[in-house]
Amino acid sequence: MSLNREEFEAGSHVGEDQVVGGPPPEQATLGSELRGYLIGLALAVLLTAASFWSISEHVIYGPGIVMALIVFGLAQVGVHLVFFLHLTTSPDNTNNALALAFGVLIVSLIFLGSVWVMYHLNQNMMPARAALMQMGGS
Amino acid sequence: MSTPTSALRTGRDPYHIGHAPAAGTPEYTGHGAGGPAPKRIVVGYGFWIFILSDVILFSCFFATYTVLIHARNGGPGPQQLFDLHITMAQTACLLLSSFACGLTSLAVARRNLLWTEIFLAITGLLGLAFLGLEGHEFFGLVSRGAGPTHSAFLTAFFALVGCHGAHVTAGLLWLGTMMAQFPAKGFKESIRHRYLCFSLFWHALDIIWIGIFTVVYLIGILTP
Repeated sequence: MSLNREEFEAGSHVGEDQVVGGPPPEQATLGSELRGYLIGLALAVLLTAASFWSISEHVIYGPGIVMALIVFGLAQVGVHLVFFLHLTTSPDNTNNALALAFGVLIVSLIFLGSVWVMYHLNQNMMPARAALMQMGGS
Repeated sequence: MSTPTSALRTGRDPYHIGHAPAAGTPEYTGHGAGGPAPKRIVVGYGFWIFILSDVILFSCFFATYTVLIHARNGGPGPQQLFDLHITMAQTACLLLSSFACGLTSLAVARRNLLWTEIFLAITGLLGLAFLGLEGHEFFGLVSRGAGPTHSAFLTAFFALVGCHGAHVTAGLLWLGTMMAQFPAKGFKESIRHRYLCFSLFWHALDIIWIGIFTVVYLIGILTP
């Protein structure tokens, strides 16, 4: 199984790593790059407007507003990552995407873990807190 | 060397990530692109790791705020304190600033000094406007007696939003440095790497702000 030099080089040069925030992989023109940023801006404005709108107009079923806000927020983070930071799922971006995945894991552990643990702590400590309040504490 | 795109179409990449090797292709795992990655890749990747660690730092502040949102020591809560008009204006400033930073990247890639400086100035002025609004809000809160010492909720609020504001301030200093260095040193490699890191930093600050206006302000106002 031999591979001629040209083929080997082709394999080797494919997929030079991309850098986050760097220019897109292909030789993009000014117009196409500008269009990417404009699409990103338009989507971000739409999602931001949706967030503020959903809270001010009571158009969403009350208990669902928080979930809607979280969805809008996460979607906007995605828009920023793709259109402003040019993070994609291409093989050239694997290192960046894996680092991001690990970051998301740690962030979820810290945030969700804290909220979960402290919520249950509050539940279990309720009688003691009530007792404290009766004694005149805060 | 053949064109990368044509080889991409055949489904091969140096580490065979995401693709099975094409039929008849020997495995040359570990014999990647030949030598270490270019400096641009190393610099960008290293700074990306830093950005992610910074996001993890912020996640601790977010968790603290969410946990302490009811700990008000008999004082005011988000509904009494937050003015969403300010938050909306801040969001607009930072989003447009991030967009202007993207346009700066286009100008830097084309080595156009004039547009680089113009878009950097727009980025910086919008960042300054954001900081001004934040300072206005903070002074308003403190003057109404809702300073960071009043309750655990307010401590968490000032710590999280203030930490973001400190990042924006540092970013503005960095931006000013870049505005001086592009004319003084030109578009040489080290300066472009420095700018790459700055743009990463600035876009990341806007991503953090999405979390802040969603969790701190909007969800905060929904929390009685």
